Amino acid sequence: MTVGLFLTQVLNGLQLGILLFLLAAGLTLVFGIMNFVNLAHGSLYMMGAYFAATVFERTGSFVLAGLIGIPATMLLGVIVERVALTRLYRRDHLDQVLATFGLILFFNELVRIIWGPASVYMNAPAALSGTVELFGLRYPSYRFAIIGVGLAVGLALYVLIHRTRIGMLIRAGATHPEIVAAMGVNVRRLNTLVFGLGAALAGLAGLMAGPIVSVQSGMGEPILILTLVVIVTGGIGSIRGAFYGALIVGVVDTFGRAFLPTLLREFVERSLAQAAGPAIASMLIYVLMAVVLAIRPQGLFPVRHG
Amino acid sequence: MQRLQALLAATLIGAAIGASAQAPIKIGFIAELSGPQGALGQDQYDAFMLVVEQNGGKLGGVPVQVLREDSQLKPEVATQIVDKLIEKENVPIITGITFSNVMMAVHKKITDKEVFLIGSNAGPAPIAGAQCSPYAFITSWQNDNQAEVVGKYATDKGYKRVIGMAPNYQAGKDFIAGFKRFFKGEVIDEIYTPLNQPDFSAELAQVSAKNPDAIYVFYPGGLGVNFVRQYKQAGLAGKVPLLSTSTTDGSTLPAQKEDALGVISGTFWGPDFNNPVNRKFVDDFEKKFNRIPSQYAAQSYDAALLLDSAIGKVKGNVADKKAFMAALKAADFKSLRGDFKFNNNNFPIQDMYVFEVAKDGKGRVSLKTVSAPLKSHQDAYHAQCALK
Repeated sequence: MTVGLFLTQVLNGLQLGILLFLLAAGLTLVFGIMNFVNLAHGSLYMMGAYFAATVFERTGSFVLAGLIGIPATMLLGVIVERVALTRLYRRDHLDQVLATFGLILFFNELVRIIWGPASVYMNAPAALSGTVELFGLRYPSYRFAIIGVGLAVGLALYVLIHRTRIGMLIRAGATHPEIVAAMGVNVRRLNTLVFGLGAALAGLAGLMAGPIVSVQSGMGEPILILTLVVIVTGGIGSIRGAFYGALIVGVVDTFGRAFLPTLLREFVERSLAQAAGPAIASMLIYVLMAVVLAIRPQGLFPVRHG
Repeated sequence: MQRLQALLAATLIGAAIGASAQAPIKIGFIAELSGPQGALGQDQYDAFMLVVEQNGGKLGGVPVQVLREDSQLKPEVATQIVDKLIEKENVPIITGITFSNVMMAVHKKITDKEVFLIGSNAGPAPIAGAQCSPYAFITSWQNDNQAEVVGKYATDKGYKRVIGMAPNYQAGKDFIAGFKRFFKGEVIDEIYTPLNQPDFSAELAQVSAKNPDAIYVFYPGGLGVNFVRQYKQAGLAGKVPLLSTSTTDGSTLPAQKEDALGVISGTFWGPDFNNPVNRKFVDDFEKKFNRIPSQYAAQSYDAALLLDSAIGKVKGNVADKKAFMAALKAADFKSLRGDFKFNNNNFPIQDMYVFEVAKDGKGRVSLKTVSAPLKSHQDAYHAQCALK
């Protein structure tokens, strides 16, 4: 194994982690602040990808796809929150899971009716469709762009949460919701704001993922499961936890997939390694989550109290 | 007044008799029509109905009623549909069936009831071999065929070191095995990815580092869209030839577009086949649905043509099972693929072709026929089938 290959896989892990972070940030805020389990977060990601792909197909402009796709997803998120989810805040988690699972089915069928069953075309902007030479191996420049965008969003979120008044309210809402309400803050509006922010981030993730994965009905579910692993590992409600958790999950998953089958071949025969390698690799992150839950049930980077 | 009533009654009875003489043959159509893989079933359905509509709602000169059912890629749903179609609707014929796992769930159930099964996509190995039935006819291929032809192509091209990649489930392993059956070089690595894994960055980096002569993949539907795009983005397109099965077809090319140019795939039919039946089919299909028909459409169109010929031969009397079985076996119709005949196991004996993704005459990304490495090809399991 060369250094170049190792570094490429590190980048791959970071890139997957960054994409997961965009989704996990929104999900963890909604979970932590509103105490609401939103399984339909993956559907917002899917809708973001469809909005972006539609604009991209009409105009051929990736920037325009983002400028229209992200606000559209945010608007959709706000509408869904106002129409459907506000009724569920006081219900228990099982009702929320059931209702938002219903939303998944609803959105999956909706895109099938509007855009048809086949996947929709979306591609990276021409300037980013090439590769960058790196230690003798080529790395797709678009994936570099994802890492860049994700880090920028992470920084912006950090500033928003830790340096602004809104961020202060969000932080306070996560730890002391009753006191925030008693201080006269409109919690309902705060909730909508948080949900809209989460939806916009999901839309951004959908836009960035569009050129890599196929834009199709049901694309939100596999990534939603990874996202749930991220926020449980990182600590529910914590943006910091979502960030580090996403990077850890991304790198562990990528390394497992990349090196485990080869590693196994050193110990067992080839055909067995080929069969068992990917199976074990895809379990790694769940094992990680289980270990974290056993040792630190609050997650690796929980919200700091007090 | 009484006479009028009697007259009315007589007319009604007459009408009823007339109607029963004209009672349409019910045909059950089962396919994946919703969810991510719904595009395949939709193409199967659209092409089948195209034949029925062009014949004025008839097949073989007899009116038919097609009962459309969505099996949702769930074997348990498919078996319930089969029960309903056979017990309640009394259908003598069932067609469609998109996925192999659904086929395995319904094949025995349908044929045990002596209902005719005209499969227009899935062709898993067991039903081509020991579990074959005289009531089942497949108008597509045996699954392995589409991989075998690519393996032969890779041998012909003189590739020595090839990496195989597929999702980690039965069909993925079957296709890699089919490729290896006709590939004389060395498969230096086989990479199996979880079926729900949408991103191949880690695996593509490994492939790139090993620098093989070519890579062979089986990634159907959305997975194929992901793979082909990421292959291009990773800078591998044009450097390492990409050979494939069911990865660049009519259902995925609209989403892959230029990214797929140059990708090689193997199957039995392409939209550029230059015979009169195919030209008419492609023209009619494009006119009606405004898209290039996929191979799934072609297979189902042939299923409808097969039924058209067989129902015509028995003059609509499909209750005479022996005669209808012989009429189906004769396969007396002009197939889109050219020559067509059934093997002893009721799977086609046919030429298998290799295609390259290229722009067609109208500048659209489509499939271009390259060569036919396997002529009059039979599947590997037909000898295990007891049928003659």
